[in-house]
Amino acid sequence: MSSFDDNNKERLRSVSVDLNNDASLLIDIPDALCERDKVKFTVHTKTTLSSFQKPEFSVPRQHEDFIWLHDTLVETEDYAGLIIPPAPPKPDFESPREKMHKLGEGEATMTKEEYTKMKQELEAEYLAVFKKTVQVHEVFLQRLSSHPILSKDRNFQIFLEYDQDLSVRRKNAKEMFGGFFKNMVKSADEVLIAGVKEVDDFFEQEKTFLLDYFSKIKDATAKAEKMTRSHKNIADDYIRLSATLNSLSAEESTANKKTLDHISDLFEKLRKVEGRVASDEELKLTELLRYYMRDIQAAKDLLYRRARALADYENSNKALDKARLKGKDVSQAEEHQQRCLQKFDNLSESGKKELTNFKARRVVAFRKNLVEMAELEVKHAKNNMTLLQGCIELLSSN
Amino acid sequence: MASSTERSPPPFPDTEDQDVLDSEEVGGRDSDDDDGEELFMSASNTPLTKQDTPASPDSQASDLMDDLSAEPPSSQTEKSAASSSPEEFVDLTNNLESAESKVEAEISSPEPSDDFFDILGSETQKVEVEASVKADSGEVSSGVTDLPGGKTGSEQGTSSAAPIINLNADFSDNNQQPSRVENKTNDPLAQVLSDTPAADPKKPSSAVLDLFEDDGSDIFTGTPQTKPASQPQKGLFGEPDEDLFGEPLGAMSKKTTENEVKSSTTKAAGPASSTGGAQQDRKSTEPADIFTEEAVTTVPRTSNTSTVNSKANGVHSEEDLFTEATVELSLDSPRSGRKKEETSKPSASSSSSSLSAPAKQAKQPPAALEELEDEEEAEKEDQFDVFISVKDPEKVGDGMNAYMAYKVSTETSLPMFRNKLMTVRRRFSDFLGLYEKLSEKHGPNGLIVPPPPEKSILGMTKVKVGKEDSSSADFLERRRGALERYLQRVVNHPMLLQDPDVREFLEKEELPRAVSTQALSGAGFLKMINKATDAVNKMTIKMNESDAWFEEKLQEVESADQHFRKLHALVESLVVHRKELSLNTANFAKSAAMLGSAEDNTALSRALSQLAEVEDKIEQLHQDQAANDTFSFAELIADYIRLLGAVRGSFDHRIKAWQRWQDGQAMLQKKRETEAKLLWANKPDKLQQAKDEIVEWEAKVTQFERDFERVSATVRKEVIRFEKQRTNNFRRQITKYLESLLQSQQQVSREEPPNPLLDMIKLV
Repeated sequence: MSSFDDNNKERLRSVSVDLNNDASLLIDIPDALCERDKVKFTVHTKTTLSSFQKPEFSVPRQHEDFIWLHDTLVETEDYAGLIIPPAPPKPDFESPREKMHKLGEGEATMTKEEYTKMKQELEAEYLAVFKKTVQVHEVFLQRLSSHPILSKDRNFQIFLEYDQDLSVRRKNAKEMFGGFFKNMVKSADEVLIAGVKEVDDFFEQEKTFLLDYFSKIKDATAKAEKMTRSHKNIADDYIRLSATLNSLSAEESTANKKTLDHISDLFEKLRKVEGRVASDEELKLTELLRYYMRDIQAAKDLLYRRARALADYENSNKALDKARLKGKDVSQAEEHQQRCLQKFDNLSESGKKELTNFKARRVVAFRKNLVEMAELEVKHAKNNMTLLQGCIELLSSN
Repeated sequence: MASSTERSPPPFPDTEDQDVLDSEEVGGRDSDDDDGEELFMSASNTPLTKQDTPASPDSQASDLMDDLSAEPPSSQTEKSAASSSPEEFVDLTNNLESAESKVEAEISSPEPSDDFFDILGSETQKVEVEASVKADSGEVSSGVTDLPGGKTGSEQGTSSAAPIINLNADFSDNNQQPSRVENKTNDPLAQVLSDTPAADPKKPSSAVLDLFEDDGSDIFTGTPQTKPASQPQKGLFGEPDEDLFGEPLGAMSKKTTENEVKSSTTKAAGPASSTGGAQQDRKSTEPADIFTEEAVTTVPRTSNTSTVNSKANGVHSEEDLFTEATVELSLDSPRSGRKKEETSKPSASSSSSSLSAPAKQAKQPPAALEELEDEEEAEKEDQFDVFISVKDPEKVGDGMNAYMAYKVSTETSLPMFRNKLMTVRRRFSDFLGLYEKLSEKHGPNGLIVPPPPEKSILGMTKVKVGKEDSSSADFLERRRGALERYLQRVVNHPMLLQDPDVREFLEKEELPRAVSTQALSGAGFLKMINKATDAVNKMTIKMNESDAWFEEKLQEVESADQHFRKLHALVESLVVHRKELSLNTANFAKSAAMLGSAEDNTALSRALSQLAEVEDKIEQLHQDQAANDTFSFAELIADYIRLLGAVRGSFDHRIKAWQRWQDGQAMLQKKRETEAKLLWANKPDKLQQAKDEIVEWEAKVTQFERDFERVSATVRKEVIRFEKQRTNNFRRQITKYLESLLQSQQQVSREEPPNPLLDMIKLV
């Protein structure tokens, strides 16, 4: 249907994450194909690492493959102390498709010109969604590649290198249900282990912060989404206004025609600016917030795993005490307790590092995006001003 | 007379008629001759023409003489006296004792006028040439190739010179077929009418039209024989006047007076010939119409005019003539007024002038139109110095009986108002009452009466209940603005401004309560029924539109109406979305503030709260913009939807007038049929009654037709005026709206480079 070209990618890539890419492993998605519901991404890798057979290669991957990669990473014990980059969201072309459908139904009620413009607008929206989808998948891989530990992951490398279809087995109903069940258990568990006394102030703080921050950023994301949508609505209104004014002027024979033409023209231009405002806001603000919402979720998962480990350690302590009391299996319990402790310590250590990194990364990304957004908004406002001034001059001159 | 003439389609069958006709015709001819000759030739036919031919040389000479010296030859005067019927004299004499001699002179020479006319047309001014030769030359010059007979040829020639070719062509046929003549005459009239309104927006045009209709159409319709006579008059008048004034004479005042006199005589002759009853009606009605229409401008003149038609006509015609002679209108009008005052002459003169004016206009319709439009524009520039503001909506009373009172302040320098600054309190139903009165009075005449905002039970109930929320404030502001614009439109209308009710509304301290405006009252119910019947009528009446202009305009208006409605809905949705945006921005600002408070990086936290502040301000901007969308854009469009409705209303009134006319014609037809039956059955007792009825209906039909023509003319004028105003007003309002947009964008750009924010973020 449509294919993604990387012309604009430089602009797009700036989003959300600031990655310190080292040149040893460069990954991008130069191309993607959308076939019905499935999106096929072409994952292109350029590397100097010896662990890869070739320095440069491309493989076709689907969204499900990304999910598989993410899940395997999450399930790997060794990475429990890391913030696993959030999995990219499932491509969602439903809303533009639905709108397109609606537009088709309403075709009779609008002028041809209006219809074409609306259609163009929807196509642009569709393309934007498409690009965004590609971009989040790309960012996911880039986050992995820039991570010192995760980039060495075997599965990751297979994902990048294996040139056949990965043919990851789709989750069946049972597994889906299992996943759902696991989530339930996890949240119940979270509540249970919340009672466990925190031993480290850093994590204690981090936990409250992240919980608070998560709810706030979730809220802000929803609001920003709405705001962006309102901008889009206004841009759509401008289209219709412009088209109606146009058809009105077509039937005017008087001097009014010129005026109407000018205004129609103006609204057409205004809607482009307004559309840009909407898309820039979407890109710089909403996407940023959305991404960090997911990232914070990942960080929270890390905290959960650590808390779980802590709870395990406590439990193992209790078991050890019990064993000592009974004088039975003491060594086994001791060993278990030691293991738990070590695991917990490991987790804490890497977790601390990860969270600190995360914070720095977040601040940098916020800063960058907010600055860009502010600059763009100013630019658009100025654009609008010139347009309006031009039109006013035209109107007053004749 | 009329009845007899009607009965007998062939020309001059009855001795009575003939006599009358002769006298009339003679008079008419005389007058006609003076002015133009075509009619005469055609109308007078064989008997007259013979006379004419010998007389023509003399008359020519006399005309020329007139032109040069303005002194009528003695021979002519004698002739005229002899020829002119006593009736004419009576009419004329009443008004023009002093002018009699001149008139007579003019009248005396029926054919001279032909010569004169021809000469003028060709611009060669050959006095010695014989009448027939002249006629030929005239034809040739005019470019009409098909000239059957010498007489007819002369007719045609004259006609060709005149703008109305149709008439002439038809003319020859007319004598035998009166009905045709009617139709044809109608066309030219319509043309003239259409041209005239556009040309002289304010006053003279309408008057001219009226006169025209009365003279020409009435006469025509009334009797076949009379028709030819009257028609010739028209043609003659129109052409000779034009020529004389336009080309050779220029601004010669003497000449004009002469012409006037002539015209008056002709006029008198015309009416005399036509049925007495109808005439009288016309006369009485005509003046009234003219005056009403031109009340503004003609006030001074009207006072002078005792003879009514003639004077008013004269004024108009004079104006036209002058304009053609490149004299400015403003100068003309006073002069004309003076002339009237001077003597009885003007009264007589009016008819000729009026006729001439239309002819001219018809001749060069495009040029005239343009001129007129320019004039109109110029007029618009110096609009009436009345500024109205509606302010301070105030709730009076409690509960469901509460109402809103508005302060209406009028600022004006016009002398017609008592004070320069007037302030009164009016409630909403007073505004509606004013509209009711105005539309009742002026609507049927085809005026576009600016409509007030609609009653809104929902909005008002909210206000009455006393909810002080933003939507009721919004509602009040909308209504206040709409009322203000409504009043301003009313006073900007030259005719409505003159209306005593308008003045009363603006000046008087207390107004009688407008009752009929209540939606649930008995009157309201009646109105609803009326509206329903109107709607049914509209569906059933099928008017075969004879005027393409109206058809086109109606279509234009309807499609514009549709588009404006759509536009309005769109702007409303834009407002809704803008409000949504403002709300969402506010919400986001809150969330951003919260996020800022949760952020543990102090710099970033501060930046986020800064962002929240900025978004807060932007929210306010969006809200203001939404209000701007509503008040400057949506309301503007709503105004136009209402106005377009009013325009359509005036179209409907025109169709109604047309319908009345058609009904009248049908009735007349029926009466005639019964009369024919009676005649066949040989029942003389009822015959007289039937005749009377026919006469009565003829009068009515002419009245209706004239009404229709007048309404058409007014509607046309009004629509043109409306379009012009709309163009200007629309542009102004849109510019205002865009400026508001611009302003808010400026603030965004000032606000948005949240310099502190940027700095803050960069610090992070």
